[in-house]
Amino acid sequence: MTDAEDIAWQKLDKRTLGVTTAGMLGVCVAIGVPVTSGLINNDALPVPLVLLLVLAGVVVVVGAVVLYDYLRIRKTWFRVTDEKVELRTGILRRQHRAVHRERIRTVDVHAHPLYRVFGVAKVHIGTGEHAESEGSQLTLDAVSRSFADMLRDDLLTRPAPTVDSDEPVGEPPPVLAEFDLGWLRYVPVSIWPGVLGVAACGVAWQITDWFGLRDSVLGQAAELIRELSLWTVIPLAVVVVLVVGLVASLAFGVEAWWNFRLQRTGDTLQVRRGLLIHRSLSLAEDRLRGVELVEPYGARLLGGGRLEAVATGIRDNKPDQPGEDTKVLLPEAPREIAQRVAAEILREPESPTTADITGHPRAALRRRLVWAVAAVAVVEAVLVVIGLTVTSILLHVAWISALVLLPGALFVAIENYRNLGHGHTADYLLVRYGVLARRTAALRRSGIIGVTVRQSPFQRRLGLADLTATTGAGSGAFTAYDADAAEALGVAGRVVPELLDPFVVRD
Amino acid sequence: MPGEQSLRLRAPKNLVDRRAVTWWTVRALLDVVPVAVVLGVLAAVLEEPRPWLVAALVATLVVGIPYVLIMPRWRYRVHRWESTDEAVYARSGWLWQEWRVAPMSRIQTVDTVRGPLQQLFRLSTLTVTTASAKGAIKIDGLDHELAADLVARLTAIAQATPGDAT
Repeated sequence: MTDAEDIAWQKLDKRTLGVTTAGMLGVCVAIGVPVTSGLINNDALPVPLVLLLVLAGVVVVVGAVVLYDYLRIRKTWFRVTDEKVELRTGILRRQHRAVHRERIRTVDVHAHPLYRVFGVAKVHIGTGEHAESEGSQLTLDAVSRSFADMLRDDLLTRPAPTVDSDEPVGEPPPVLAEFDLGWLRYVPVSIWPGVLGVAACGVAWQITDWFGLRDSVLGQAAELIRELSLWTVIPLAVVVVLVVGLVASLAFGVEAWWNFRLQRTGDTLQVRRGLLIHRSLSLAEDRLRGVELVEPYGARLLGGGRLEAVATGIRDNKPDQPGEDTKVLLPEAPREIAQRVAAEILREPESPTTADITGHPRAALRRRLVWAVAAVAVVEAVLVVIGLTVTSILLHVAWISALVLLPGALFVAIENYRNLGHGHTADYLLVRYGVLARRTAALRRSGIIGVTVRQSPFQRRLGLADLTATTGAGSGAFTAYDADAAEALGVAGRVVPELLDPFVVRD
Repeated sequence: MPGEQSLRLRAPKNLVDRRAVTWWTVRALLDVVPVAVVLGVLAAVLEEPRPWLVAALVATLVVGIPYVLIMPRWRYRVHRWESTDEAVYARSGWLWQEWRVAPMSRIQTVDTVRGPLQQLFRLSTLTVTTASAKGAIKIDGLDHELAADLVARLTAIAQATPGDAT
């Protein structure tokens, strides 16, 4: 072992400054152009003055940010010793953080296109503490790409005992899954075409404002409606929005999953993917507590689903565009492939997610139907009351919306009920839930760190209960809602008997 | 499977301290009384909205009085706890009830909280956390000395039990 004190402190890659400068210039162009054109259209100031002001603003902003980043890079030092990774940061308030090697669970190498132009990459080093806590992650922003890759391999390679004898040295690590263009068929049936289509409209609307074109666009729209009637224009608009969204989501999907490859190196799972932005996630297997098979409504109709890791130390983020969720180990793919990959990820002969799942009692369905009707009734009651007292237009809104909302709510209630379930294999507890996306979580028994049973007065009367298995991974808990209380307790008791047996009685 | 229907979680062995009933009652009063007083004063002062205010006051009392009288006693019958060498087990709630089990090997921290009211009644709330963001067990209304002993005992057992708590 080298003496830790001898190892030199290293600095971030200077080229990071190039990334920052280029990025800031890009932002300035994105903001500066509309501002300039807006000011010029406004006619309030002479054109040269506008240009001068904008230019001065750009210089000041870019200068300040680049100076700050220069100081940040100068004042950031890190070193990797045999025992730990240390990071000193802070321009004024100095911070020193150290993470012990054995606590490092994920190393995330991220290279946006700009980073790639400059040959650098960002490295997140995660420890698998509570996903929320800030202090559990070290970020190197940024180091050279080759150093980042080296660091990842170095940090995630454990000393000896786990070196598999059945994996001869020199052979490439086994690939568990690779991207197939056919998987893109699940993109059009996802929510993303709608979401991105609407988002694109928002952006377009914003741009028309920058260039002062809003009135003329509205005028043209009114013209179109007059010529073709409202009932032609609305479906037409919906189609256009969806097509735009479809193109955008396909582009995002390809960008995110191009070159996708899931492989295992020693005891580390590795996901590499991305066309423009290269993403790579490495996950030490001893952090894995199970997997979740997620079947969004559309994909489920086509027989597809994706796999998400249930692992400690993975950030639980809500993606705002397709493919940005770090938990995903396999994108939407045919179910058989997802099941096979799940089995391989967990090193099981067969994926626990294929085991029998017990549905929940009919009483759970009745509860959901009552909630659905009640929710719609509340909305309609408000509309009717205001309609009767203030304006009768709302009465029409009420009956029209009831025609849409009631079937919608009942559909959601029935779907939600059909997606309820739980089950078990020898080593896994299975919980199924979800409204439109059906999620089947398989939680390894060793990953269950507590059990909670919750009952409302109504559930007590019906013999139902919400049974929750808590875990250090992911969102921290998986719940079987409205399960048959006694039956669910029996299933949980078979998975973690040492935990529940002392407190369970038969009578 | 035969006999499956009859499974249920048994009540944990220990009751919480009797003084907890008083504590919950005071807390309930602090919830209900200010609302009732404000509504009462407003009803006395303001003429125009008086019928509405009186209606709200009556509603507050209709819900509030049974709440103050029943909730603490009901809770006292539900709130129970138990610690074995292997696990901590607790039940809480009144209308909505909750049973929680956490194994000793997964306990990360054990701590107590004593608000001003609890200090007055010499009570403590004991919290046992695990690596799960959602798995904490709370035991309300323990005698503060018993709680302190329990913290010491649980910490000792948790440390003696192998496992990395995640």
